Amino acid sequence: MESFVPFIVIMLGAATPLIFAAIGELVTEKSGVLNLGVEGMMLMGAVSAFAVSITTGSTTLGLLAAIGAGVLMALLFGLLTLTLLANQVACGLALTIFGIGLSSFIGKDYVGKPLDALPSMDLGWLSDIPVLGPVLFSQDLMVYAAIAVVAAVAWFLYHTRAGLVLRAVGESHHAAHAIGYPVIRIRYMAVAFGGAMAGLGGAYLSLAYTPMWVEHMTAGRGWIALALVVFATWRPFRVLLGAWLFGGVTILQLHAQGAGIAVPSQLMSMLPYIATIVVLVLISRDATRIRMNAPASIGKVFHPER
Amino acid sequence: MSPDIHSGSASANVSAGAVPRLALRGITKAFPGTVANDDVSLALRAGEIHALLGENGAGKSTLVKIVYGLLQADSGDVLWEGRPVVIPSPAEARKLGIGMVFQHFSLFDSLTVAENVALGIGDKTPMRVLEDRIREVSERYGLPLDPRRPVHALSVGERQRVEIVRCLLQDPKLLIMDEPTSVLTPQEAEQLFTTLRALRDEGRTILYISHKLDEIRALCGRATILRAGKVVDACDPTEKTARELAQMMIGSDYATPAGAAEDRKTGEARLTVHNLNLAASGPFGTTLVDVDLEVRGGEILGIAGVAGNGQAELLSALSGELLVQDAGSVRLEGVPAGHLGPRQRRAMGLGFVPEERLGRGAVPDMSLAENALLSRGTGDDMVSRGMIRFSRAHGLAEKIIDAYNVVAGKGAHATAKSLSGGNLQKFIIGREIMRKPRILIAAHPTWGVDAGAAAAIHQALMDLRDEGTAVLIVSQDLDELFVLSDRIAVMYHGRLSQSRPAHEATVEQIGLLMGGVFDTSDAWEGDAHAS
Repeated sequence: MESFVPFIVIMLGAATPLIFAAIGELVTEKSGVLNLGVEGMMLMGAVSAFAVSITTGSTTLGLLAAIGAGVLMALLFGLLTLTLLANQVACGLALTIFGIGLSSFIGKDYVGKPLDALPSMDLGWLSDIPVLGPVLFSQDLMVYAAIAVVAAVAWFLYHTRAGLVLRAVGESHHAAHAIGYPVIRIRYMAVAFGGAMAGLGGAYLSLAYTPMWVEHMTAGRGWIALALVVFATWRPFRVLLGAWLFGGVTILQLHAQGAGIAVPSQLMSMLPYIATIVVLVLISRDATRIRMNAPASIGKVFHPER
Repeated sequence: MSPDIHSGSASANVSAGAVPRLALRGITKAFPGTVANDDVSLALRAGEIHALLGENGAGKSTLVKIVYGLLQADSGDVLWEGRPVVIPSPAEARKLGIGMVFQHFSLFDSLTVAENVALGIGDKTPMRVLEDRIREVSERYGLPLDPRRPVHALSVGERQRVEIVRCLLQDPKLLIMDEPTSVLTPQEAEQLFTTLRALRDEGRTILYISHKLDEIRALCGRATILRAGKVVDACDPTEKTARELAQMMIGSDYATPAGAAEDRKTGEARLTVHNLNLAASGPFGTTLVDVDLEVRGGEILGIAGVAGNGQAELLSALSGELLVQDAGSVRLEGVPAGHLGPRQRRAMGLGFVPEERLGRGAVPDMSLAENALLSRGTGDDMVSRGMIRFSRAHGLAEKIIDAYNVVAGKGAHATAKSLSGGNLQKFIIGREIMRKPRILIAAHPTWGVDAGAAAAIHQALMDLRDEGTAVLIVSQDLDELFVLSDRIAVMYHGRLSQSRPAHEATVEQIGLLMGGVFDTSDAWEGDAHAS
């Protein structure tokens, strides 16, 4: 029990950026758009949050800056793919490469500067309960926020009319257009939400998880977030499960290294990524489940005339 | 006194000479390269079923899209109950009281019936209330539906009901139906007509688009005929024969293929399918169960059935796109071929005309010459030491174009996608026939093809049959199957009924089989006993 509690606490932290990025991408994909630029949007969010926080001293402004940076990146993607009808896969990859470069450029003066981590919540006696206290009631605010966002997205998608329209646009854009929904506008909004959430995920890395800025500090988490969406078969709460699972594997390999298990650390660091691939292969075997939840027109360019 | 057009209906709220419900004046709409609607004028009265008749590409779809707000006219006026209106979007059209049932349904497979309906109507009715209203409306008009079922689990006829109920919930004054019976069994179509007549008698206007002339004669009180984007004629279809209507539609007479002669001499079995089983390839696919069929040289076997009952799977298993475990379950001239791919089967004398013209029948962006070349094997002299002999490929394409009257702007250089559906289909069928196949399989050979081209295609298939080729045709169009086939069988839920000589079969029998009424081997007899 002694090491179990900190393990859970750290796992929740490691999962948080994944939850943000994946739930944003889930909404984007549910509207029928595949944005592979999550990694780039996260990095822009991370560097913007760090730079603004350290300059102004305000974490709130930092978070807002991260959202803004993510949305701007996403709108750039939207302009290329939704308005100019460019290929989504190519643009998404380009967005990631662009984000890596631009974040390194903006962040070069901030490398190595110290920043206080986001404070943990102190809920008085609640936080003092043994085991439950540290796990449930003394995380930082963003950990709770991530879970709340997942719940909100689940409610939005399956219990509101706007969510129904969004799913319909992702299922068949021609049919949605035929009965009069503004496909492109709805997709812009979904893409922008994806960008905002990716930005927040990045901000969590540079403000809370490891409060500093290092080039390419997301280290592939954007790609894991993309995989998580498929892992979750486009269902919001499964994103939560998946993110905790991958967060757990990430921490596990750190612990294993700390315990001196004689496996090269590079191999151990691969664990979360190998787990991603294994799980994706297993999930993909069930075609029916994927088809029932996967947005049918994902990645397809929408042109109203044809 | 002039007789009322729909004298049978007791529509009290229809008064002659009243302001038309919808009037179009001089509607013109041009797309790059074509004028889809040229100065089209039309008036629809309250309480009538009005046919809009025309070949593919005559401009019917464009016109109704303008009425429904999906497209904007370049010029011309739309008058709704006497008032000039602009209809910028389908939502505005629905507000006026215009509903539309699409030919290719605008439904979402993974959503439920109620969710689909909710998307199609503008207001924010809670789901539970909506479900009750769906049940109520569907019962009132004889369109039974369960609002909670996901759409992908519904039959094609049920899907159409969803669309109709969706429209009816908004209490439309004008209902546009775009080729509604093309996917229905004859019985389902009859049921639909009953519903439409009931709607008409309530004073609603129905704009009915079709190229099935018998339907229009049975259902519609007036017809407007479009040709090449212009209104060429208007008439009372009940006073015209189907042939007269067809002539108005295409503007000239066309040759009707000679009917199937009885007692044709057939040769040996060329295509034999025995106990063919094939698992569905996806959640929305159909599993083939113990399919048996035989096509002999010099005969045409027609396979009827509502789309999605395993025809696509059967065609793929026959063409070689899907391989089957038991090689002997598909035999070409007695040789097991179930394990062979399309190229090998084609080399054995199989010709194949797929349902999808662009993408499977032809490469859209390649020229006709290149498409002709691709369909030929190494033995056909088109390639020498790996190098293409372009002159021969061009010669072949030109020969097909001449022999089958293909209208292609740039001849052999025209890309496949630049041709109209009918012309491309003539080219593909000609391409396959010119190989002198031992066996020809054609899927929906005249789907979306105008009447003139359809007659030419039918004649070509019959000529091929008369030369001794075994021909298998899969189609949803019963008229076509009755014209062409020597024997007819029906597919339902992945099973194939026994075949029966076409001249002994009736539309009613086939319709029952299409609806799944065949549990016993002699289902054909069941109907005879009943009557």
